[in-house]
Amino acid sequence: MSHKKFSWMTLSFVLVLVLALTACGGGVAETEDVEPADVTEATEAPEATEAPLAEGDQVEVFSWWTGGGEAAGLEAMIEVFAVEYPDIEFVNAAVAGGAGTNARAVLATRLQAGDPPDSWQGHAGQELIGTYVAANQLEPLNFLYEQEGWLEVMPETLIPLISQDGNIYSVPVNIHRANVLWYNPAILEANGIAVPTTLDEWFAAMDVLQGTDVIPLALGEQWTVMHLYETVMLASLGPDAYNGLWDGTTAWDSAEVLAALEDFERILAYTNADSSSLTWQDAAQLVVNGDAAFNVMGDWAEGYFRELGMEPNVDYGWAAVPGTGGTFQFLSDSFVLPVSAPHRDASIAWLTTAGSRAGQEAFNPVKGSICARTDCDPALFGVYLQSAMDDWASNIVVGSLTHGVVANDSWKVEIDNALGVFLAERNIEGFQAALTAACSSSGPCP
Amino acid sequence: MSRLKNKDTITSIALVAPSILAVGIFVYGFIAWSMRVSFSAWKGLLPDYTWVGLKNYIELFSDPRFWIDIRNTITFTSVFVIGSILLGLFLAVLLDQNLPGENFFRSLFLFPMAISFIVTGVVWRWLMNPATGTRISGFNQLFDAIGLDFLINTWHTTPRWGIAAIALAAIWQMSGFTMALYLGGLRSVPDELREAARVDGATELQIYRHIVLPMLNPVTLSALIILGHISLKVFDLIIAIAGKQLPLDVPAIYMWQATFDGYFFGRGAAIAILLLLAVSLLIIPYIIYNIRNEADL
Amino acid sequence: MSSLTRRPRFHFRFQPRYLLYIPLLLMSVFYLIPMYVVIVTGLKSFDEISLRTMWTLPSGINFDNFVVAYQNLAPSLWNSINMVVPAAIISSFIGSINGFVLARWKFRGADIIFPILLFGMFIPYQSILIPLVEFMRTINMYGGLPGLIMAHVIYGIPITTLTFRNYYATIPKEIIEAARMDGADLLKTYRHIILPVSIPSFVVVLIWQFTSAWNDFLFAVVLTKPEFWPVTVALNNLAGSQIIAWNVQMAGALLTALPTLLVYIFLGRYFLRGLMAGALKG
Repeated sequence: MSHKKFSWMTLSFVLVLVLALTACGGGVAETEDVEPADVTEATEAPEATEAPLAEGDQVEVFSWWTGGGEAAGLEAMIEVFAVEYPDIEFVNAAVAGGAGTNARAVLATRLQAGDPPDSWQGHAGQELIGTYVAANQLEPLNFLYEQEGWLEVMPETLIPLISQDGNIYSVPVNIHRANVLWYNPAILEANGIAVPTTLDEWFAAMDVLQGTDVIPLALGEQWTVMHLYETVMLASLGPDAYNGLWDGTTAWDSAEVLAALEDFERILAYTNADSSSLTWQDAAQLVVNGDAAFNVMGDWAEGYFRELGMEPNVDYGWAAVPGTGGTFQFLSDSFVLPVSAPHRDASIAWLTTAGSRAGQEAFNPVKGSICARTDCDPALFGVYLQSAMDDWASNIVVGSLTHGVVANDSWKVEIDNALGVFLAERNIEGFQAALTAACSSSGPCP
Repeated sequence: MSRLKNKDTITSIALVAPSILAVGIFVYGFIAWSMRVSFSAWKGLLPDYTWVGLKNYIELFSDPRFWIDIRNTITFTSVFVIGSILLGLFLAVLLDQNLPGENFFRSLFLFPMAISFIVTGVVWRWLMNPATGTRISGFNQLFDAIGLDFLINTWHTTPRWGIAAIALAAIWQMSGFTMALYLGGLRSVPDELREAARVDGATELQIYRHIVLPMLNPVTLSALIILGHISLKVFDLIIAIAGKQLPLDVPAIYMWQATFDGYFFGRGAAIAILLLLAVSLLIIPYIIYNIRNEADL
Repeated sequence: MSSLTRRPRFHFRFQPRYLLYIPLLLMSVFYLIPMYVVIVTGLKSFDEISLRTMWTLPSGINFDNFVVAYQNLAPSLWNSINMVVPAAIISSFIGSINGFVLARWKFRGADIIFPILLFGMFIPYQSILIPLVEFMRTINMYGGLPGLIMAHVIYGIPITTLTFRNYYATIPKEIIEAARMDGADLLKTYRHIILPVSIPSFVVVLIWQFTSAWNDFLFAVVLTKPEFWPVTVALNNLAGSQIIAWNVQMAGALLTALPTLLVYIFLGRYFLRGLMAGALKG
């Protein structure tokens, strides 16, 4: 065999050796000595053995804000943080994909392995409480709320939704509204339709459009169907009975829930047949392109419309989902303090910035959401967000299901399963039975 | 001689021991862990190894979603494996004719393999947009423009068979690989065999049918195994094309959603073990075949 | 090694077999359509992206998306290279050694060891992420590139061993016997007889491992910390959780696929030659 080939092999051998040596030397040093499988035990020894880094303190913050306005907003807030705490290095551990799905898988494996970040993003409410508080992973933050006076600047109805047994577990940074109806003003005008305010008006309006080329209601893939579902439940049941679904006081097998499910089924008849092939962006675009009259989506859709170069009140209009006027169905991204945070003080510093007016005013105008605080300067925000700020300060606040406020993750997955089966089989009794069973197995129902 | 043999045996064992140890931990150790979890009540972030026997498995088999998953997996695997093999063989036979430009076509067909499923999935979602009328786009728009209206269809949103459309995207990605396998196989068929058949008056078609194709059986078997296990584990591609939606659900997605979205660790592990059992059914015959073949050598 | 062009090429005269170009070109269209969409979208601006206009060409040629994507991906590109090169090379050598031992030296139990190693190919990786992270942490390999390399090497053992073993099984016994007559032991036989003829299999395995490690997202995202993230994680992060700029995403995808494409273009013919030489055959 040729000499050439052999020398190639020798070279590779040497290369492997060198790489293997560098690989051994380059291992990430771990000083923590925690039994990996035992999370509770890990929580009892916070930051005990971790030696501080030579350059000073750092804070590793985990989120799923990696692209577009979210990432830019996070950067803006990090700048505020850097001014307030110049000695703390910010380590941005953001992982995107699948609306936080990848991020949460990474977080789950890290927590199982006893390696929590210093703080992480989660949807305020049961997504955090049902998952992490139940696993003794989070420290209550009441002391920080009192110290910073946050209780005075956040809506009173918000606090119970992010607390358990009187303990507040997260710092909400922004607020999005889930129950928004987006419409195409030109289509409504051409068909003589006024913006509907009740479910019946909405049905009547969509009946007018049913025979035309226009899709009455644009819908996307399955999670957007769940988003529509929760807003229709709210419209049909009203805020009190809707809240009751999540604390066990409204029975899932009751007649009023059945009536709400029937409304939901009726609404699905007005939607596009190709919904399962569309993302929320595709579906929202149908409205501003003039292909569809209505779309129900959270108010991040407004940021998308702006990026497309559309003008508010000209290319798109908005209202509360019919039947939910006066109610603000919210979701919020928030940050937490893990019991086993490697750098607890740095983590508290980050949370202080995240809850501060300066931090929220830096983040939210860029991200396209409103502040969780009610004292942010309206002049920083556009016309839609200003209207949302007014509603946030004055409306009844209820939580979103799809976005983690009212149900824990296990419950949400079971509801999602039931919804998927319903979409395939359209059996409403079966749907109600599955929802009732889900509340028993993962919710508060007996 | 025998001393050398003994020494060699020791060296042999020493050389493969690290691999065996590594696979022992990273494959069998972790499978054992999954199996233990699948018999536990673990739900939520806190590990909970309470023994519940077969409860997770029994629940799965009474779960309508899991039956949809099984049906989808069978459809997907059949379409994907058969499609890739037929297309790969077809392309390989074409390229085996030594036409000028063979290198170009070969690289072109291998090309999709180099790109990750996550990216091509998005493109396929656009291509397979089912809308018609004024919103027509993707393949449907193309068919409409060139007068092939009868091909316009609802692709992956077709009830029951939508998953077959996803298999089309997977075939696009992997058929180049089967083409390469078959081309390698075709080129190793000795020329003398074909010549001898030609002398006997066989047509080219008969030569392929009776001489070349039977010699490709081992290649087909390898392709079956590699494609089959890819297809049972398919995850990224479906997520990129369709997200997590029940009509296009498969066990790998259910396992992910159960484990990381809903923290049903017991259920997720049970799905994993069932997947592994399905894979075993596929490869044990292969391994037996392999060992038997060796015995003949 | 058989040659790629078996029969000599003749002058330009129409032959019936040229009709075979018709199916070949039709199939090429099928393979190129998705690529066309990727490239065209990568050149568009954000407000030009819509399902309805997916076929239309961009309004102008601008490479802004590529610049944005490159800026975001550049740091992770190096991580990927530092990870993939050793992973592919180490994998190949381990596979070669295993394949050699299992194909040639029969000791008791060798027949069982091969299937046991092979079975590892088939585990669904999503199901073992938790024990994997825990174990890597226990042995201090979590968070950096060495741990990720290790995972790729270990989960690559089945396929690399299979490839080499099947290839070595085609080497005539006599050659090895002759070496042993000369008193060469196992290691000497491997180094002087086997290794020099292994190039085709090395190419197949190197390409295979390079591609799979380069495109891997799952292990990368759970086993490494942000500063060591390879390019697939960075590519994924180009998309936000809410608004996804597909133009930048496609541009990034093309950049990310570039190294693999280069490997295919430059090593493609060797890849095929390796497959022809019996690698990857049952």
